Amino acid sequence: MGLTLTWLSLIVLIPLAGLFIQTADLSPAEFWAIVTSRRTLNALKLSFGLSLAAAATSLVMGMVVVWALVRYRFPGRRLFDAIVDIPFALPTAVAGVALTALFAEQGWLGAPLAALGIKVAFTPLGIYVAMVFISFPFVVRTVQPVLQDLEAELEEVAVSLGANRWHVVVRVILPSIAPAILTGLALAFARAVGEYGSVIFIAGNLPNVSEIAPLLIVIRLSEYRYADATAIAVVMLAAAFLVIFVINRIQRRAQARAPAL
Amino acid sequence: MTIEVRNIVKRFGAFAALDHVDLKVETGELVALLGPSGSGKTTLLRIIAGLEWPDEGDIRFDGEDALQQGAGERHVGFVFQHYALFRHMSVFENVAFGLRVQPRAVRKSEAAIRARVHDLLDLVQLRWLAERYPSQLSGGQRQRIALARALAIEPRILLLDEPFGALDAKVRKELRQWLRTLHDEIHVTSLFVTHDQEEALEVANRVVVMDKGRIEQIGTPAEVYDNPRTAFVHAFIGESIVLPVEVRDGRVRLGASDLDLAADGAASGPSQLFVRRHDMDVGPVDSGVLRGAVRRVRTFGPVQRADVALTSAGGETLIEIDTPRDRRLAPGDVVGLHPRRYRIFAAEA
Repeated sequence: MGLTLTWLSLIVLIPLAGLFIQTADLSPAEFWAIVTSRRTLNALKLSFGLSLAAAATSLVMGMVVVWALVRYRFPGRRLFDAIVDIPFALPTAVAGVALTALFAEQGWLGAPLAALGIKVAFTPLGIYVAMVFISFPFVVRTVQPVLQDLEAELEEVAVSLGANRWHVVVRVILPSIAPAILTGLALAFARAVGEYGSVIFIAGNLPNVSEIAPLLIVIRLSEYRYADATAIAVVMLAAAFLVIFVINRIQRRAQARAPAL
Repeated sequence: MTIEVRNIVKRFGAFAALDHVDLKVETGELVALLGPSGSGKTTLLRIIAGLEWPDEGDIRFDGEDALQQGAGERHVGFVFQHYALFRHMSVFENVAFGLRVQPRAVRKSEAAIRARVHDLLDLVQLRWLAERYPSQLSGGQRQRIALARALAIEPRILLLDEPFGALDAKVRKELRQWLRTLHDEIHVTSLFVTHDQEEALEVANRVVVMDKGRIEQIGTPAEVYDNPRTAFVHAFIGESIVLPVEVRDGRVRLGASDLDLAADGAASGPSQLFVRRHDMDVGPVDSGVLRGAVRRVRTFGPVQRADVALTSAGGETLIEIDTPRDRRLAPGDVVGLHPRRYRIFAAEA
């Protein structure tokens, strides 16, 4: 117990405390000015807004993938299963380069989309695409084992009680795996907020338009404005913590009702 | 509601889980499907419920073809060994599930659903647990809730798959009695699967003994115990002493010696002599058709159990017998043994 706490402090809490101490160099007014500057606000809005959207998309996409992988037997299933892990393993810069090439105006997907008037690379839409790409395996890998372990008997009993397919999915399966779904959502969101490597390649990084908060931090650092960088970092930390906390609370409620029997 | 099972065949790959099974269950009966694991009893139950489909054969409910209907349309209550309660729902919602998923046209009003669920919870004597979640209940309580949930849809048939299999011995016994009483109250045609002979004999009106996908015998508990039709039934139900014998011209031979027993019309050839442990009388050395030396004696409750090495057999065969405690036995005693009742079955090829 004591050991665990010591480790947790060393690895997690001390670096975080350092962040706050750095910020303490600023007066509250200075801090407020940095945080509420137009560029910072836009970057934060972009980061969190797109991350939430991307996490939600990953959730839907991920659930579809999980369902296919768990419930159906099709040729190439194992290969498909392995492919899901690629975004985990791929250096994020590689993912960024690949996605940029794909969605650039002459790219395989970029060209037909451009014909439709949709521009993906070097716009916020590109950031969103990159975030979905790197975050959806988290949903798959958290939900998959839980759905796999869900007893077939639960569905059978529901059917024998007269439930149709819709009722089985909505009233039995989804609530049973809700805690895992929420964990997947939280992880996907955390990953998307923190993503840097793949996003900066495809984003175009125009201030106020397609500049994410982590990038702004790096820019401030390269300008030796350390206090500015940490101020933005503190806001990101607080906001991320808030989102994760809320998801956690919802999950706790779901779990309190449905602990493993 | 009668259930008629006609000539059902179910294969899993090359393995025949059910091999031409016929069975008729009358209205209001409580029938046990008894057999070792792999005998096909659960598969048969699942086919009747509509959770599995047969390769051949017919299932009829009151003469009506049940195979035309899916599991949801058959109005069959199914209770699983591991309860399969919805853990994200309260006890109340679990029981109400079958009522809430009905098509809107026939669905009861909220008030009627509440009343029905409360009636059912009263029936299983667990109304005080209505707001709890399944994880807060004991195994016995969970199984009773599972039963209440199955009864909510007013099933025409109740099917229970090893309903007491996951419970400890004491709770099991209580629940067994309780199920018996409940059945006397509600009289719904019921079929339950068990591998526990005591459970089957104690609870059921009739017992169906199964082995290797076939029905070995159907009868009342007394019939299957006292008059087993096959060697399997004799060995599976109750404790039996089995001796390899040979029947020749109406005489029974054990090794080289001729036992002074009537062959009971058994055909000539290698056979097996079955005797219940308590049907083996113990007396002075020359009193019986068999002779043996007592090796070990244990006493518990009203019986005395002894390991006896049969010396009259060619080799030494060790058998276990039960005798009343007033007939004292000690290791080293040489005794005569006489089967009061016995059955002879042809040895399996």
